[in-house]
Amino acid sequence: MTTAQQIADAVRAGERSASEVLEEHLAVIDEREGDVHAFNLVMRDEARAAAVAVDAGDRTGALAGVPVALKDNLCTRGIPTTCSSRILEGWRPPYDATVVARLAAAGAVFVGKTNLDEFAMGSSTENSAFGPTRNPHDLDRVPGGSSGGSAAAVAAGFAPLALGSDTGGSIRQPAALCGVVGLKPTYGLVSRYGLVAFASSLDQIGPFAATVADAALLLEVIAGHDPLDSTSLDRPLPPLVSGLGDGVEGLRVGVLTELVHAEGIAPDVRRRVEAAAEALADAGAKVDEASVPAASFGLSAYYLIAPAEASSNLARYDGVRYGLRVDAENTAEMNAATRTAGFGPEVKRRIMLGTYALSAGYYDAYYGKAQQVRTLIIRDFAAAYDSFDVLLCPTSPTTAFRLGDKTADPMSMYLNDVCTIPSNLAGDPAISVPFGAGDDGLPVGVQLLGPALSEGTLLRTAAVLEGALR
Amino acid sequence: MAARITTDDVAHVARLARLELTDEELVLYTEQLAGILAHADDVASLDTAGVPATAHPLPLQNVLRDDVVRPSIDRDEVLAAAPAVEDRRFRVPAILGEAP
Repeated sequence: MTTAQQIADAVRAGERSASEVLEEHLAVIDEREGDVHAFNLVMRDEARAAAVAVDAGDRTGALAGVPVALKDNLCTRGIPTTCSSRILEGWRPPYDATVVARLAAAGAVFVGKTNLDEFAMGSSTENSAFGPTRNPHDLDRVPGGSSGGSAAAVAAGFAPLALGSDTGGSIRQPAALCGVVGLKPTYGLVSRYGLVAFASSLDQIGPFAATVADAALLLEVIAGHDPLDSTSLDRPLPPLVSGLGDGVEGLRVGVLTELVHAEGIAPDVRRRVEAAAEALADAGAKVDEASVPAASFGLSAYYLIAPAEASSNLARYDGVRYGLRVDAENTAEMNAATRTAGFGPEVKRRIMLGTYALSAGYYDAYYGKAQQVRTLIIRDFAAAYDSFDVLLCPTSPTTAFRLGDKTADPMSMYLNDVCTIPSNLAGDPAISVPFGAGDDGLPVGVQLLGPALSEGTLLRTAAVLEGALR
Repeated sequence: MAARITTDDVAHVARLARLELTDEELVLYTEQLAGILAHADDVASLDTAGVPATAHPLPLQNVLRDDVVRPSIDRDEVLAAAPAVEDRRFRVPAILGEAP
């Protein structure tokens, strides 16, 4: 396997051409994409032109010549951006997302737009209007979601790097199920400009990579203040790549008891978390048990807050300015006919749930209450971070499950997110790093959580776990 | 703890959200939303007296940029993506029942 850093170094040194690197990856895509279906669109022509420009010296930067896959809810000017929804099928955005512009400025070569659960709502990528993505480790299993296409693309070797978005675990859970590294940054660290909104107070864009160092490299390129996103943090970026080898001597690591023992955590996954705790202790970390009591209420609060925000954000799909229109006698009927035909079942379910949670008579009992619980979660995390630098828990309750296993019962699907949701509610960063396999031989990811802007600490801790497996 | 969601409630929120449901969908969604909301009852029944609400993880208020004129997205490029356009504007069917 060649890492993004190795590709960038070789291209910069003139040892390899960007075109040669790209063709190697396109060949892997030709071989396996028919089975995996990681992409909604493979951008062959655009990628070849971009690679030629790198080889001509017209495009330079930290990622010059490195193939990158983009989740198909990131706007790419003139290139279809579907969110895996019929309602946006064929839409070509008139602008680039800030992360896309930053990657282009760093010389990255975009290989394609990756599949997702429709509007990023789901945990298996089975909610895509264009068919599911399959897990490269076992084609009968899901890759996780919602960024399942991005996780599968990296796991299958279609690209060394990919971007996803994470609202309740949509980067970390598929990373865990596909055996790759996935990081959800601190809220505001990466601009959301051009990310099609799902739940605006929770959404963050973040990196997928096969190695911790590559995830750090990608995050360094996309992070930073953006005047086009009013929620973007205007603070200096913490160092990421430079501190990766610093180790965990003296680091205070808390094993997050409420999430290690949460509903549905499989024994083999729990054993890998315990093994990770031992590996960190062996590397000099001080490991103890930590408690974040309100984290137990995260799932319930999230499935009120996220649908409420989604019901508002998705009101924009009305058949007027872009995307699908189903004609009718008057505008109100046209709006309803368009939305009814354009949205899939999970999106409709969440829009209705959110509308209900915000409606008169239920606002206080549901949405208002969930916002108060969010405060409790933030307080409990802050208290835990008085005693700990990093918290450790599972990423996903189980290894990759079979396609179709959880589609009939929405609640069973939602329970996948129990360990990832609390960080989104708190706005804090978290990383999933592969740490061995479950009883079925499929990858297990362990999750590291930290306070705002602790990405550097999370990455060097993840690097220790990565090294312990070698 | 709130009362169990009914088919009338779901029909109401579907109308508010501009979604049309078949009779079968109405029954199915009511059952599924009831299941999800039952899980939310542990939040609804929690004593949170005096706890402030958090709407957003960052304590940001009134983020303003300098009031400087700069280029915006090209109008024709935006209109090119619209389902129907007339006189460089979005065209929609009748709104208030007036003659089109």
